[in-house]
Amino acid sequence: MKALFKNQSKPLLSIFTTAGYPKIDDLDRQLALFDSKNVNFIELGIPFSDPMADGPTIQETSTIALQNGMNLDILFGQLNERKSTLPIVLMGYLNPILLFGLERFLELSKKANVSGFIIPDLEIDLYQERYKSIFEAFEIPVCFLVTPRTTDARIQKAAELSKNGFVYLVSTNSITGGEVAGNNKLSARYEEIKSLCGATPVMIGFGISDRHSFNGAAKNLNGGIIGSAYLKALKKGEETEFLNQF
Amino acid sequence: MKSILETDELGFYGEFGGAYIPELLYPSVQELKEAFFKYKGDEDFIAEFKHLLKDYVGRPTPLYFSKKLSEKHGAQIFLKREDLNHTGAHKINNTIGQILLAKRMGKTQIVAETGAGQHGVATATVCALMDMECTIYMGAKDIDRQAPNVERMKYMGAKVVSAESGSKTLKDATNEAIRHWINNPDTFYLIGSVVGPHPYPAMVAYFQAVISEEIKKQLLQKTNHEKPDIVIACVGGGSNAAGAFYHFYDDENVRLIAVEAGGLGIKSGKSAATAVLGKPGVIHGSYTLLMQDAYGQIVEPHSISAGLDYPGIGPLHAATISSGRVEAIAINDNEALNAAQLLAKSEGIIPALETAHALAALNHCEFKKNDVVVINLSGRGDKDMQTLLNNKYDESTF
Repeated sequence: MKALFKNQSKPLLSIFTTAGYPKIDDLDRQLALFDSKNVNFIELGIPFSDPMADGPTIQETSTIALQNGMNLDILFGQLNERKSTLPIVLMGYLNPILLFGLERFLELSKKANVSGFIIPDLEIDLYQERYKSIFEAFEIPVCFLVTPRTTDARIQKAAELSKNGFVYLVSTNSITGGEVAGNNKLSARYEEIKSLCGATPVMIGFGISDRHSFNGAAKNLNGGIIGSAYLKALKKGEETEFLNQF
Repeated sequence: MKSILETDELGFYGEFGGAYIPELLYPSVQELKEAFFKYKGDEDFIAEFKHLLKDYVGRPTPLYFSKKLSEKHGAQIFLKREDLNHTGAHKINNTIGQILLAKRMGKTQIVAETGAGQHGVATATVCALMDMECTIYMGAKDIDRQAPNVERMKYMGAKVVSAESGSKTLKDATNEAIRHWINNPDTFYLIGSVVGPHPYPAMVAYFQAVISEEIKKQLLQKTNHEKPDIVIACVGGGSNAAGAFYHFYDDENVRLIAVEAGGLGIKSGKSAATAVLGKPGVIHGSYTLLMQDAYGQIVEPHSISAGLDYPGIGPLHAATISSGRVEAIAINDNEALNAAQLLAKSEGIIPALETAHALAALNHCEFKKNDVVVINLSGRGDKDMQTLLNNKYDESTF
């Protein structure tokens, strides 16, 4: 993961896909596709029944993945057997992780060579107070979210905590699957955020739907993450065409 | 000694509580927290709150001595008549408090979730009163089941939005309301129970505390007792129980009994008895007890009463039930139906189905002759007439 950012010559492309969607054993096929296209790393969603920060597209894929029988035991099995070497960041809400057992989750993630975590409902202060020491024992970074509304001091805190991964910049104040507000005011704020993050890489996500919005949002940052737009293409069986634009 | 009601800096009651929120919500929750802690001790704010509770809601609600229930159960049984509040339930105590806070924060738009529609109606009511724009999320299934409440909300000018995701009930309406809040950060999210991220559980309990404040005063006037021996209240998320227990939590001599919906029985797989069946976890921004499967997916609970079928429970309740301070009892659907019928026929009071669970708990308690027992009669049963009429009760109970 660190090497990826160190050696980058242009903004990195990360694709979000939901584990167990559209079919329970589709991960290897999608990873092979990503390997053959210009995808730099994967954000892999752990499906949850109540994804509070996600819009209808990601929620629908979660529901289907759960109906397909996806769970953390199966997911780690698939990760251990994967052939692709693309870095994988696991994205998931806290509840399934806590019930699985945080240490067990981290141990299996380590074994499966997971590169980082994005846990949207793990708030920074809570993380520091209650969970940080457990995560740090396994040396897999948690990548914290910031938004254009996040205060400067908090952005710096997020950057410090995410220094071995990246800061996930939420492009606009809305759930996933919306549109990037591509106005100049926000672009200026993105640059401020980038500078507040210092050496910690910044990836932008939420609302990036194609090459055009990717280029607009990710310029001057370390890269962008595409989720809902990819999943919509995947639903229609047009994922290859979708990735061809990058 | 530290009060049970005191949270730590991060909003935990011991192990439970906190604010497990996405960064997108952090500024809004922070703003709310600052406003609540500023105004909860503000004289003008409290004066306005009390004034509206008195002249608009109709408080204090009576503490009624039920001679018949007392004779039947061999104790002195009082009913705290929250059903006589404006809009027919305790819910309005909280919506009045929160709308006054919203007003002071300069908010003009309100969003809320509702299950059976009682909180939605109470929210639509205060929004009309304060000229606020009101959006209520309600599960598609609940919209079908609770049509009269949907009409009431609309009639008062609220916009009712159907929650079509997940299981299409209260938990999904809550998810949708939270998403709405994320997308519209200037909106005030008016939550209906002692659930959600800190400061909501503490705030809703604070606004409902008027229930136990009045119980204390009224009991002294009527019986010379400074406190009851036992307080019984039903728990879905747990706002009426939090209010009825509030001023008694720190007095170990008062027995507190939280009554959950056992549905078809706690072993039936169709139940909402979170205290028995729930495991610790995170729902709607709070670490608490919740109904979940082996992999931490949230399970849809069942109860005949739409107000009790919430898969979680307020963190204050999770903490006090886990510590043993509060006893939890599960009452099945049929027991609740019988208790509703009994109260209707013996006292001429038709209770809400939620409340009927608290009444049915009387059959599970042993009393000493002079025990002073207060049951929080949290709401009236007009909204449940269809269910009450459709379900046969057991004549032998009477």
